[in-house]
Amino acid sequence: MATDRTLLGLTLALAALLLGVVVFPQWLTFLVMMSLARGLVVLGIVLQMRAGLVSFGQGLYYCIGGYTAAMLGSLYGVREVAVLIVAAILVSTLVALVLGTLLSRYRDIFFAMLSMAFSMILYGLLVKSPALGSTDGFNVPAMTFFGWKPEAQSTGVYILTCVLAFLIAAAYHRYQKSPAGYLAGAIRENEIRVEYLGSSAQSLLHCKYVIASVISAVGGLLSALATGHVDPEMAYWTTSGEFVFIAILGGTGHVAAPFIGSTLFSLVRTYAYQFFPYTWQMILGLVLLLIIVFLPRGLWSLVQRANSEKPRAADR
Amino acid sequence: MLTLLAIAVDGLIYASWLFMVAAGLTLIYGVMKILNMAHGSMFAIGAYTSAWIAGWYFAGGDVTWGYALMLGGAIAAGVLVGLVVERGLLRFLYGRDPVVMILLTYAVLLILEDVIKLVWGVDPYFAFQPYTLLGRTKVGPLTFSNYDFGVILVAAIIGVGLWWGLNRTRRGKLLLAVIHDREMSMALGIDVRAYFLLTFVIGSVLGCIAGAVTAPAISVAPGIGVEVIVLAFAVVVIGGLGSVGGALVGALIVGFSRATAVHLLPQVELFVIFGVMSLVLVVRPQGLFGRAQPRKI
Repeated sequence: MATDRTLLGLTLALAALLLGVVVFPQWLTFLVMMSLARGLVVLGIVLQMRAGLVSFGQGLYYCIGGYTAAMLGSLYGVREVAVLIVAAILVSTLVALVLGTLLSRYRDIFFAMLSMAFSMILYGLLVKSPALGSTDGFNVPAMTFFGWKPEAQSTGVYILTCVLAFLIAAAYHRYQKSPAGYLAGAIRENEIRVEYLGSSAQSLLHCKYVIASVISAVGGLLSALATGHVDPEMAYWTTSGEFVFIAILGGTGHVAAPFIGSTLFSLVRTYAYQFFPYTWQMILGLVLLLIIVFLPRGLWSLVQRANSEKPRAADR
Repeated sequence: MLTLLAIAVDGLIYASWLFMVAAGLTLIYGVMKILNMAHGSMFAIGAYTSAWIAGWYFAGGDVTWGYALMLGGAIAAGVLVGLVVERGLLRFLYGRDPVVMILLTYAVLLILEDVIKLVWGVDPYFAFQPYTLLGRTKVGPLTFSNYDFGVILVAAIIGVGLWWGLNRTRRGKLLLAVIHDREMSMALGIDVRAYFLLTFVIGSVLGCIAGAVTAPAISVAPGIGVEVIVLAFAVVVIGGLGSVGGALVGALIVGFSRATAVHLLPQVELFVIFGVMSLVLVVRPQGLFGRAQPRKI
C-alpha cells in the first residue's frame, strides 16, 4: 500500500501537538484546543458543503454536544469523559437521524434556512427553560480521562482533543476516499444523474448529515470541556454563521483546511478584538468578501496551487 | 375573552411590524434570487436614523413635523445604503450560486453592523417621545398605545402601496414578469439589471421604514438587526420566498402564534415561531404561496 501523505501529515501533526503539552505556554494550548474543537464543527459543515449543502445551523450539534457534557456533568454527577463522549455521540446521532429524514429532502437555501430554524428552536427552548440552565447555561465540572486524573484539567482536555481530532480527521480522510465520499461531488454537480447511476442521493445525504452532526457534536463537547462552560449562544445562528465563515475561509479541498481556517480565525479574532473592538466584525466581513471573490475555494486552494505540478482530480 | 382581545391586538401589531420587515426581504428574493441577510442591517439603520432624529427633534418641543422627519430620514438612509451596496458590490457578483450570495450578504451584514457602531456609537438610543406623545386608548381594562395602531396603519399603507405598485403600474407588471421568469423577461427586452437596482433600493427602504417605526417602541442598541433577520426569514419562508402576499400571510401567522404564546405560555415564544416554520416547510417545502421549482437535469 502506497503511503498516504495526508495520513502521514496528520500523524506528524498529532505528534507535534502532543509534544506541545510540555512545551507550549498556556495561552497556546488553549488556542490549539479551541481551534481543534471548533475545527471539528467546521469539518461537519465541510462534509456537507462538498455535497453542495451549506448548513446555517451546525450550531445545533455544537450546542447538543456541549450541553450533553455539561448537563451530565453538573446535573447527574458524571465524572468520566468516556461516558460523555459516548453520550454525545448517541444523542447527536439520534437527533440527526430524526431531523435528517426531513432535511435530506431539501437543497440550497431551503436546507440552509431549515437547519437554521432547528438550531434556533433549540436556542429558544434553552433560553426560556430554567431547568435547562436558561441564558446562564452550565459549568462543566472536572473530569477523569478514561480513569486517569491529570493534575491540571486542561492537560487532560488538551490530550483528549488532539487525539480525538486526529482520529476523526483520519477517518474523515478515509471516508472522502470511499465511493460515498466521491459521490458528494457528483451530487453537488448533478443530483438527478447520480440517481440515474443507481445511487440514492437522499439516503446518501441523510447519512452524511448524521456523520457531520456527530463530528460537530464531538467538537461541541470538546470546546465545552476546554472552556468549562456552555450557554445557549452555542445554538444561536451567529455561531453557526461563524462556522460557515471558517469553512469558506479554509476551503473544502482537504481535511486539514477546516483546522487551519479555525486556527487562523481564532488568531484574527483574538487580535482584532483586542486592537479594534468596534470594527472587528467589519474586518471579518471584509475578509469573507475577499475570500468569496478572489479565493472561492478557500485558503487551501493556495496550497493546491503551489502543488499544481501534481494535480489531484478528486480534491475539490 | 380579554386575553383573546389582547392576543388579537398584540398579534396584529406584531404581524404588521413583521410584514414591513419581510416585504422588503421577499421582494428582493423574488426579483434577484438573493436571500439578503443584510436586510437586518437595513432595519437597524432605519431604527438608528429615526431614533437619532427623534432624539434631537422632539427635545425641541415642536412636534408637528417630527414623525414625517423620522420616516423621511429613514427612507433617505435606505436609498443611500441600498444604492451603495448594490452599485458598490452586488452588481459585480450577479449570477453566482444562491448560497454564495447568502454568504456575500452575510459579509455585508457583518460590515454594516460595525458601520452602525462607528456612526452611532455603542450606547443604546431611547426615542420614546414619539411613542408616548400619541397617548393611549382604553378598551375595558386593557390599555393600548395609539402609536401601535399607527404602526398597523403604516404597514397597511405599505401593503396596499406594494400591491398597487406591482399590479396597477407598468413598471410593477414588468417587475412581476421578472419575478416570474427572469430569462424570458430578458429575452423580451426588459432591462433586468435596472430592475435589480430598483428592487434592491425599494427593499432596503422597506427595511429602513420598518426599523424607523419600531425605533420609538424599543431601545435601539447594537445587535437589533441580527435578531430581526431570523424572524424575517421565518416569515418569508412560511409565506413562500418571493411572494409579497405570502409575506403578509406569514407575518399574520407568526404574529398571532407569537402573541398567543406570549399570553398563554411565554416559555415557548421563540420555539413557536420556528416550530411553525418547520411545520409549514414539512408540509409545503416551497412555503404557502411559493411556486415549486422544476429540477434541472
